[in-house]
Amino acid sequence: MTAVDSVLELARWQFGIVTVYHFLFVPLTVGLTMLVAVLETIWLRTKNPEWLRLTKFFSKLFLINFALGVVTGIVQEFQFGMTWSDYSRFVGDVFGAPLAIEALLAFFLESTFLGLWIFGWDKLPRALHNACMWIVHLGTLASSWFILAANSWMQHPVGYKFNEVTGRAELTDFWAVMFNKVQLGTFPHVILAAYLTSAAFMLGILGWLYLRRPGLDGADRPMHRRGMVLAAWIMVVSGLGVAISGDVQGKIMTEVQPMKMAAAEALWETSDSCAPFSVLTIGTRDGKHEKWALEVPCVLSFLGTGTFDGKVEGIYDLQEKYRATYGATPGETYYSPGDYTPNIPVTYWTFRWMMGLGVVGGLVGLAVLWLTRRGRTPTGFVGRVLPALAISAPVMVLLGNSMGWIFTEMGRQPWVVFGVLTTAQGVSPGVEPWEVWMSLLGFTLLYAVLAVIEVGLLMKYVKKAPDPFVEPPSPSLRGSESDADEPMNFAY
Amino acid sequence: MELTTVWFCLIAVLWIGYFVLEGFDFGVGMLLPVLARDDRERRVMINTIGPVWDGNEVWLLTAGGATFAAFPEWYATLFSGFYLPLFLILIALIVRGVAFEYRHQRPSATWAGWWDRAVIFGSYVPALLWGVAFANIVRGVPIDGDFEFTGTILTLLNPYGLLGGLVTLSLFVTHGALFIALKTDGEIRGRARALALKVGVVAAVLAVVFLVWTQVLTGSAATAVIFVLAALALVGGLGAAYVGREGLAFAGTFLAIGLAVAGLFVGLFPDVMPSTTDVANSLTTTNASATPYTLKLMTIVAAVFTPIVVGYQAWTYWIFRKRISIHHIPAAH
Repeated sequence: MTAVDSVLELARWQFGIVTVYHFLFVPLTVGLTMLVAVLETIWLRTKNPEWLRLTKFFSKLFLINFALGVVTGIVQEFQFGMTWSDYSRFVGDVFGAPLAIEALLAFFLESTFLGLWIFGWDKLPRALHNACMWIVHLGTLASSWFILAANSWMQHPVGYKFNEVTGRAELTDFWAVMFNKVQLGTFPHVILAAYLTSAAFMLGILGWLYLRRPGLDGADRPMHRRGMVLAAWIMVVSGLGVAISGDVQGKIMTEVQPMKMAAAEALWETSDSCAPFSVLTIGTRDGKHEKWALEVPCVLSFLGTGTFDGKVEGIYDLQEKYRATYGATPGETYYSPGDYTPNIPVTYWTFRWMMGLGVVGGLVGLAVLWLTRRGRTPTGFVGRVLPALAISAPVMVLLGNSMGWIFTEMGRQPWVVFGVLTTAQGVSPGVEPWEVWMSLLGFTLLYAVLAVIEVGLLMKYVKKAPDPFVEPPSPSLRGSESDADEPMNFAY
Repeated sequence: MELTTVWFCLIAVLWIGYFVLEGFDFGVGMLLPVLARDDRERRVMINTIGPVWDGNEVWLLTAGGATFAAFPEWYATLFSGFYLPLFLILIALIVRGVAFEYRHQRPSATWAGWWDRAVIFGSYVPALLWGVAFANIVRGVPIDGDFEFTGTILTLLNPYGLLGGLVTLSLFVTHGALFIALKTDGEIRGRARALALKVGVVAAVLAVVFLVWTQVLTGSAATAVIFVLAALALVGGLGAAYVGREGLAFAGTFLAIGLAVAGLFVGLFPDVMPSTTDVANSLTTTNASATPYTLKLMTIVAAVFTPIVVGYQAWTYWIFRKRISIHHIPAAH
């Protein structure tokens, strides 16, 4: 293994670890800003103290998550230059713009208005205070838009030309990048999955409090129940949206990245019509020789093309086609020459786990709605199982998110920018293996420690349940000097 | 003006914004074990920057993103070349940010003590390393014909680079102490002012040596004027602190840091990262830049949104304009 090869391996592992870790917090941030804003708005409308208690409870849990999301996000921006400098040189003209715009439009909005929201209970009028959280949520949506547009460009590069002289990709049409068809499928899919994730988080925690700890404070059970049912509704609606947008994405993927679709299915031979959807396979490690498979006829054709007799290209044919189009050279440092096939076991299984975990997690919401219909309270065996099921819903959905990203990024390999630049070509040529070893170990260890601390804090506050109601101050913007010596409503 | 020059200026503005803003919150972090006598005072200090530190840090993210978009070659050479310092800065910023949010979450002195260490470490490391990094950018580093950094970590630890680090460190401590003096009330306010004067004198001496050295390395008439103004602002600020004008004093260090960074950028122009290997390998605003199309697009976005951002950030500082003292701090959870 040459030096570049091992930097490449290490850099890929590092990117995978820090990105998957970062994306545990992102959907919770996007979704919880929405939920906290909704809860506060309901409180302002109904004046029912329960909604304020839930607002404060979930904002506390949200902030514990948000802190890790923010700090791990800095690594995301820096590592393109640090470990992927040739990638940065190649794509900077196209890829840098959405990143810079994201920081200017979205990060400032999120950080500034979140600061106002956290510390502003005794400074801002109530409606303006609530508006701050809505603005933070808008910031998260804007942020998602730009970063997903950047990622969609890597999946399906549009609106650029290749400059032979400089050897770089150059932006020619910004709007084509912003409204890339892959982006139009990806954005709703990711945002709805974020809503699903945060609603599952809320349902899991309130479901557990409602059923497991009725003795904590019997008077709070209706509040836990109401919050849980609200969360269940959001889960069902957003879960349905995730499925529909995922279906749209699948069809776009079949069109622009047929190899990824074939890899998702481990479909080696082209299927001219009625391609089966493989539910499970037991086979050899490379996935080429299956021993036993559970398949549903024609479903893959439908997922990929929208008709049950559509043609779905297989890996062997695509490989030949890509060799003819892109030649034998691009894959040479990492993959064997001319190998355009991603790691099939990884793509096959992550695709299944993404769908399975998402669907099962989402169904918990439906189950809760059914079990609590018309004022019912689950008792007996169901009552005993439901808390565990509820608390596992957010875990399943979070893992489903990770699987989705691992699938979509691994399914693009050996490319980093599909059809244009391979991952091996993007790595920093000047960075030493020991440097990447150090950062890889450093980040991984630190992230692991922070994860333990974070989960510990979340558990502490979940067990404490929502704090009793305290009427918050209702200040005017001009402020009054009479309250100057009151303790702060919130302090670090 | 050429668009590449516009973007050179904008990136300079973003770094200036970052250093004058996060400079004082690094200072507050570094002074945590020095100025505060007990936990309540430590919380007073942390709460002076509580609502704003994250917004301050976004100036760094925007500077990074803007460099990536406007000067991809600069971003690539700088970030891969300065790999280890940036790794350390990232680790520092991670533990520091988490510490602010987590420190008050458990009512245990041990718990708070560990997060205090994280804040202190997380503030010292970037305050020192940003200075080392910037001094080396100005001084030049070995860069080959492919725009790759060919030095090692030891290349960056030269006397001029290390002095640059000490300058940012001591300036940020002074800046932070004056911020505490401006934003708090009670005993800590007086202590902060006294400390700002002591450290400020050291910072002023180091800064003057550094700026004269820089003037010799890359100076022009323009940089000379800017550096003299920076020095005057710093001395004026310390004078204001001496007579008890805290607002004016803070404005002094604010201006001094801003002008000094501006002077470094003026001295750098039209290079963005000079090469010590061969002048021909130097990255410049021209050979490191993005295409005119991207620059034009980004210019429109920046022209519209930068004033808005500055507006609402300023508004935040106004909302949280009141001084904080120990009796404003609620009991721990």
